[in-house]
Amino acid sequence: MTTHYVNPAPFDPYATDAMTPEQERYYMATQWQLMWWKLRRHRLALVSGVILAFMYFSILISEVLAPYALATRHTDHIFAPPQGLHLFHEGRFVGPFVYGLDYELDMRTLKRTYTPNHSRVMPVRFLCSGDSYRFWGLLETDVHLFCPAEGGTLFLLGTDRLGRDLFSRMVYGTRISLTVGLIGIIISFAIGIVVGGLAGYYGGWVDGLVQRVIEIIRSFPELPLWMALSAALPVTWSPVLVYFGLTLILGMLDWTGLARAVRSKLLALREEEYALAARLMGARPRRIIARHLLPGFMSHLIASATLSIPSMILGETALSFLGLGLRAPITSWGVLLTEAQNINAVELYPWIMTPVIPVIVVVLAFNFFGDGLRDAADPYR
Amino acid sequence: MLAFLVRRVLIMVPTLIAISIITFVIIQLPPGDYLSSYIAELESQGESVDPARIAALRAQYGLDLSATEQYLVWAGGLLQGDLGFSFEYQQPVTEVVGDRLFLTVVLNAATILFIWAVAFPIGVYSATHQYSWGDYGLTLLGFIGLATPNFLLALVLLYLGNVWFGTSIGGMMDPAYIDQPWSTDKVLSVLEHLWVPVLVIGTSGTAGMIRRLRANMLDELHKPYVVTARAKGLGPMRRLVKYPLRTALNPFVADIGNLLPQVVSGSAIVSMVLSLPTTGPMLIAALQSQDMYLAGSFLIFLAMLTVVGMFLSDLALAWLDPRIRLGAGTSR
Repeated sequence: MTTHYVNPAPFDPYATDAMTPEQERYYMATQWQLMWWKLRRHRLALVSGVILAFMYFSILISEVLAPYALATRHTDHIFAPPQGLHLFHEGRFVGPFVYGLDYELDMRTLKRTYTPNHSRVMPVRFLCSGDSYRFWGLLETDVHLFCPAEGGTLFLLGTDRLGRDLFSRMVYGTRISLTVGLIGIIISFAIGIVVGGLAGYYGGWVDGLVQRVIEIIRSFPELPLWMALSAALPVTWSPVLVYFGLTLILGMLDWTGLARAVRSKLLALREEEYALAARLMGARPRRIIARHLLPGFMSHLIASATLSIPSMILGETALSFLGLGLRAPITSWGVLLTEAQNINAVELYPWIMTPVIPVIVVVLAFNFFGDGLRDAADPYR
Repeated sequence: MLAFLVRRVLIMVPTLIAISIITFVIIQLPPGDYLSSYIAELESQGESVDPARIAALRAQYGLDLSATEQYLVWAGGLLQGDLGFSFEYQQPVTEVVGDRLFLTVVLNAATILFIWAVAFPIGVYSATHQYSWGDYGLTLLGFIGLATPNFLLALVLLYLGNVWFGTSIGGMMDPAYIDQPWSTDKVLSVLEHLWVPVLVIGTSGTAGMIRRLRANMLDELHKPYVVTARAKGLGPMRRLVKYPLRTALNPFVADIGNLLPQVVSGSAIVSMVLSLPTTGPMLIAALQSQDMYLAGSFLIFLAMLTVVGMFLSDLALAWLDPRIRLGAGTSR
């Protein structure tokens, strides 16, 4: 006779519901925690995020990072080539240093030639005093992270037509170039959410109208439209006003993609029971959209917004390059690149084009970071 | 198909009207008009300006009318193919523009073809070899093309072309053919000069196209019908080309709506650097000198280029995809 096996342990009706600590952690995590965990697995996005964070942090302390002030001129070093950074001099370790430059004017071609003089070793000083500046407009100081040797020069990326250090100017330019995209995206985000929200929530003729408007705006090629609008900025405006006008223009034309995303999501979500429940309890449309519907896809929106920042940065660069965007004394990467406008620059002073490197790096970083963010925000992957 | 065609054309009409209004508002935006800056210029040179003459000029150019009337006159002219009068050149806009509009169309069409030709094989390769070195490498290449500002790439290519081939690659044809009537040699010369701008403008659009084609292909490749085809023993090439590729092609064509404005934008700035005889350089000059009708006709032409391009892509899509043709509505 066979006997049934009976487990002697006491019966626990919740045994199947019990979770391991990891599972518990996963199920109890908030949406943002989940996103962060997913993003952490995406190496490229993470690296890009760190690069961007570093760049944005640098704009807080541009004055300290740049060895020279924005407008410091070295009249005897016009179009000087980059001075390479060395560590060893004649087999002996000296620490980071540059060789001094000997200047010669070729009287026949009137070309300036600079040759590194290997007898003049100029060690780089760290945490030293140089050009003075007002830190955040408050504190008068002259501390720099690194500066040239006493009486020496330090042009890591060469100098421009007026003998200004290109590296310092690039560090300062970061401030403008990176914030253009940021302010622009805030504007386009605000317009996109409001317009897309109205279209998606109300549907009907509002939706139809918004759709048509978006279609029309999208059929304009961006750059000529930006060009036309920035040509309309009054010439009498101060450079700072032009800067804000430009970000406004960039933002005003970029919201269409976001508005479309908001609209299609809202159209789907407003039929959900929880939206109905909120409506039955007497919540007004504004509250339903902002409180109940938007949080559902906010993360997705932020990811898409990240992806549209690079086009603004490139737009600013292009406009400034054409002389329709920012003007000196405001310095952005695009303004720096205007110097590289003619073919002579490419042939004789190729280092003038180096501001293109941060442009490429930042645009790539934003693209990869945005991609990773979007994947992380997608709950179905 | 006919019903679809008619509906699609009817949608275009209000779009075009709205575009003309927006264009008109934009060219009116700068304070003052061409005459006022002209007067200021004369006065700065110490010349006296006769008020009667100014008034006559104003009346002649219709600048004394209200904005609405000016718009109606301008838009009415557009309908009859009259683009208005260029103040700067003292000629009708149609004369000033000359070949430029045609060359712009050639340039943009060539660029679109280039983007398709490059993005198509790369996109398919990336999708079928997902996460391989080839996939990563090609994707990165595409992204670098996207991230490099067009104008700088144009400059560098201009320089390299000069050094390596010893040719001047600026312009769109050999200087000998400028203002000459069209001939076979001139066409060949244009083709010879076309590759640099096409390459430069194309680089910025290719990355996006590759990404989209790759994503679409990946979606299709994981669908059950592909598994079925494989289970039935279809060869790898046939399995790829016959079904998933066809479906993935739809967004490829539909996406021209995004691609065209981007290409037109790119060509505007590249033309400036390479001094191509297209609309770009003249548009910027017209914007700066407030030559409003000239600027306006360029803007409206560029916008129309995209609208018509989208129309053509919708036609192609309807031809490709019976779901759209039969009026179930696009699922975009």
